Amino acid sequence: MADAEREDAAETDTPNSSDAKEKNVISSMSDESGTLLRRMEITVAEAEKRTGKKAVNMQETYTVYLIETRPSAAVNGGQSVAPDALWRRYSEFELLRNYLIVTYPYIVVPPLPEKRAEFVWHKLSADNMDPDFVERRRVGLENFLLRVASHPVMSNDAILYHFLTKERGWKEVVYDTGFQAKADSRIRALNATFRVKNPDKRFMEMKHYSDELQSITSQLLRARARVADRLYGVYKVHGNYGRVFSEWSAIEKEMGDGLQSAGHHMDAYAASIDDILEEEEHYADQIKEYLFFAEALRAVCRKHELSQYELETASLDLTSKRQQREELATGIVRTFSFKGMTTKLFGQETAEQREARLKMLEEQIVEGDDTVKEKTSECEDIVSSGWEDMQRFKEQKDRDLREALINYAYMQISMCKKGIQVWTNAKECFSKM
Amino acid sequence: MSGNVADSAISPTSPAQTIPADLSGQMLELDEDDDLEVFSKDTSITDGGSFNASMPTSPGSMINQYKFDEEDEQEDPGAKDIFITVDNPESHVTTIETFITYRVLTKTTRSEFDSSEYEVRRRYQDFLWLKGRLEEANPTLIVHPLPEKFVMKGMVERFNDDFIETRRRALHRFLNRVSEHPILSCNEDFKIFLTAQAWELTSHKKQGPGFLSRMGDTVRAVAASVRGVKSRPEEFNSMQEYVEAFSQKMTSLDRITQRIVKEEREYLEELKEYAPTYTLWSGSEEELAEPLKGVASCVDRCFQETEEQVRQFSDTLAPALHEYVLSAETLKAVLRRRDFIQAELEAKNEALAAKRADRDALKEEIDKLEDRMEWANNALKGDWSRWQRSMRTDLKEVFITTAQKNVDHYEKCLAVWESFLLSMRSEVGDINQPSSDDS
Repeated sequence: MADAEREDAAETDTPNSSDAKEKNVISSMSDESGTLLRRMEITVAEAEKRTGKKAVNMQETYTVYLIETRPSAAVNGGQSVAPDALWRRYSEFELLRNYLIVTYPYIVVPPLPEKRAEFVWHKLSADNMDPDFVERRRVGLENFLLRVASHPVMSNDAILYHFLTKERGWKEVVYDTGFQAKADSRIRALNATFRVKNPDKRFMEMKHYSDELQSITSQLLRARARVADRLYGVYKVHGNYGRVFSEWSAIEKEMGDGLQSAGHHMDAYAASIDDILEEEEHYADQIKEYLFFAEALRAVCRKHELSQYELETASLDLTSKRQQREELATGIVRTFSFKGMTTKLFGQETAEQREARLKMLEEQIVEGDDTVKEKTSECEDIVSSGWEDMQRFKEQKDRDLREALINYAYMQISMCKKGIQVWTNAKECFSKM
Repeated sequence: MSGNVADSAISPTSPAQTIPADLSGQMLELDEDDDLEVFSKDTSITDGGSFNASMPTSPGSMINQYKFDEEDEQEDPGAKDIFITVDNPESHVTTIETFITYRVLTKTTRSEFDSSEYEVRRRYQDFLWLKGRLEEANPTLIVHPLPEKFVMKGMVERFNDDFIETRRRALHRFLNRVSEHPILSCNEDFKIFLTAQAWELTSHKKQGPGFLSRMGDTVRAVAASVRGVKSRPEEFNSMQEYVEAFSQKMTSLDRITQRIVKEEREYLEELKEYAPTYTLWSGSEEELAEPLKGVASCVDRCFQETEEQVRQFSDTLAPALHEYVLSAETLKAVLRRRDFIQAELEAKNEALAAKRADRDALKEEIDKLEDRMEWANNALKGDWSRWQRSMRTDLKEVFITTAQKNVDHYEKCLAVWESFLLSMRSEVGDINQPSSDDS
C-alpha cells in the first residue's frame, strides 16, 4: 500500500461533509469518493470451521471468515494482483463494531448480521453451524465492511484499516485505545432513566421513528416467515400427486403415459419451492438489516439525550453554585440551604471559614463553567454531526429498501412464471390422457 | 399445535426484547394423513405409509386389452332427448324433522313420457330409494354414485350452504348420468321419480318388495359370500384387481386434494396478516410510502386470487375425485353381486350332481340361473367399458380445468406484480434491474 494511503488511514475523525451529501442512485456503497472503499476492494470471500482451545481443556468449534483486500487502482489498471488476506471470527467483528460505536457516538453504525438465526421457519436450521446460515452470515459481514469502509467518516479510521490488513495483534491495539472504559460508562449511563428538559425535537422524532421501524420490521419478518412456512406446505403436498399419479398410471393403459408425465411435473412443482424460498431469505436479510439499523439509529438519539441531559445538569449545577456564591458574598439568603440552617442554629461562621468557602465555590464555578462549555460544544457536535449522519442514513435507507422491494417483486414474478410453466406442462400431459 | 408459539407484537418502547420466533414447532401434523410425505428435504418422495407398494402389474390388470363389446356405444350428444336439472334447495320444517328438498325439472321428448315437462320436489331419501331400485333391477349395472349421507369428518353441517350446494351438484350429475344410460334410463321407477307428485311417490314406494323378501335376499347374499365363488372368469378377476387398486388411488388423491385445500386455507390466513404490515409501515415513511403501499396492494390482490384458486380445488376437483372414490365402491358392490349370482348357480349345479330326486325342477332353475348369469356378465362387461370411458373423460376434464385454473391464477398474480414494477420504474425514470445476490 502506498504511504499516502497509510497516512490517510491514520487520521481519525475528519468528517468529510461534502461526501455525505453526495447522492448515489445505483448503490450507496461503491462510488463514495475519498472513502476507503474507493481505494480498496474488500470482500469476505470464504468461511471455514476451526476448532481451538477455549478455556482449560475445553474445545470449541467456531467459524472464521476470510477477508481479502486489494488496491482498486491495481484491479482497475488490469493487473492481476493477488489479494491480501486474513482470517477473522465473528467476535472480532463485534469488537470492531463496539469500538466504532464508542468512537463515533453520533454516527449510525451499520449492524452486523445476526448472531443466532432468528425468524426461522421450519426449513432453516437454527444451528449456527448450518452451511446456509454461515453463507448468509458471510454475505452480511461483507456488507457490514463495505458500508463502514464507504462511510465518509468511519472509513478513515486506523483501527478499521488495521482490522482489514493485519491479522495479528489487532485486538491489543483496539484495547489500547481505551475505548472499553468509555464503552462501559456510556452503557451504564444510557441504560439509566433520566428526564431531559429540552431535547432536540428532530432527535425525538427520529427516536420515535426508530422505535416504529423496529416494531414494524420485526412484525413484517415474523409474518413473512409464517407465510413462507405455509406456502412450503402447499407446494410439498403436491408432490404426493406425483407419487400417486405414477402408481395409478401403472394400472391404466390409455391414460398411463399422460398420468405418468403429469406426475413428474407435480414433483417438479413441489421441488421448486426450495429455491423460491431460499431466494426470499435474501430479501428477509435486507429487511433484517434495517431492523438492526433501527437500533443503531435509536442509540444515536439516546446519546443526544444523554449529552443534553449532562449539559442541563451541568448548567443547573453552575447556576446553583453561582447563587450560593452570591448569597455568601452578600449575606442574603435567597435559597434554602443546610448551611444557612446550621448557621441560624449554631451561630455564624468565622470570616476565615467564609473566605475558604467562597474560594472553593469560585474554583468550582470556574470548573463548572468549563464543563458547561465542554458539554455545550459536545452537544452541538452531536446535534449537527449526528443530524447530518442521520440524513445520510435516511437517504441510504430509502434507496436500499426501495431496491429491496423491487427485488421482492422480481422474486414473486419469477415464482409466478415457474408456476405457469409447470401447470401448462401438466395441462398438456392431462390432455394426452 | 405443539411447539413454540411466536411472540405477539412487541411493544415499541422495548426494542431490546427478544424477537425470534422459531416456527418449526408449528409444522404440519401428519396424524390423520400418515402416508402423505410433506416435508422431505430431498425431493425423492418416499412412500412411508400403509399403502401396499407392490402394484398388480399383471397383464390381466390391463383391462383395456379386452374388448367386451364389439359395438362401442356411441353416445351422440346431439341426440340427447331428456334434460334434467336439480336446483332450488328449500328447507322444510315439520314437527318430526327438518329436511331439504330440491326441485327436479325434467324436459323431454321421449314418447314414454306423457308430457314434455315435469317439475317435482325431491328429498335425499327419495334419491336413495331410486338408486336402490335401480340396483335391484340391474344388479350388475354400474349406477353413478350418490353423494354421501352426511360427512362426519370435517366441519360440514347438514344445513351448511356449501354442503347443500355440493350435494345439489352431485344429485344433478346422478340423475343426468342415469338418464344417459341406455338401460337405466328406461327404468320405470326412474320415470316415476321424475314425474310423480310427492304423495304419488310415497304410495308407489310402499309397493316395493317387502321387508321379508329383502331379508331373504340378504340371507342368501351372506350365505353366498361364505360359500365363495369356485371359478371366477379371468376377466372378472382382472376387474377385481383393477378396482381395488383404482379405489386406493382415488382415495389417496381425494385425501391429497383435501389436504391441499387445508394447507391453502392456512396459507391464506397468514397472507391476510402479512399484507397489512406493509401498509402499517408505509404510515411511518415518506419516500418509501408509495412502494410499501404498492407491495401491500399486490399481496392483497394475490390473496384474492388465491382464494379463487382454492375454490377450484374445493368446489370442482375434490368433489370429482370423491365421486370416483364412491364409484369404486359401487364397482366393488357390482362385482360382489355378480359373484353372488355365480355362487348360487354353482351351488345349484352341485345340488344337481348330488341329488337324484327333483332333477327336472332343479334343471329348470339352473337354466334360468344360467340365463341370468349370462345376462349379468354381459351387462357388466358392457357397462364396464362404458364406465371406463366416462371415468377417463370425467377425470381428464377435471384435471385439465384445474391445471388451467392454476395457470390463470399465476398469470393474474404475475400481472399484479408487473404493474407494480411499472409504477416503480415510472417514478424513478430509469430501469432498475435487480442484481442477483446483492445484499
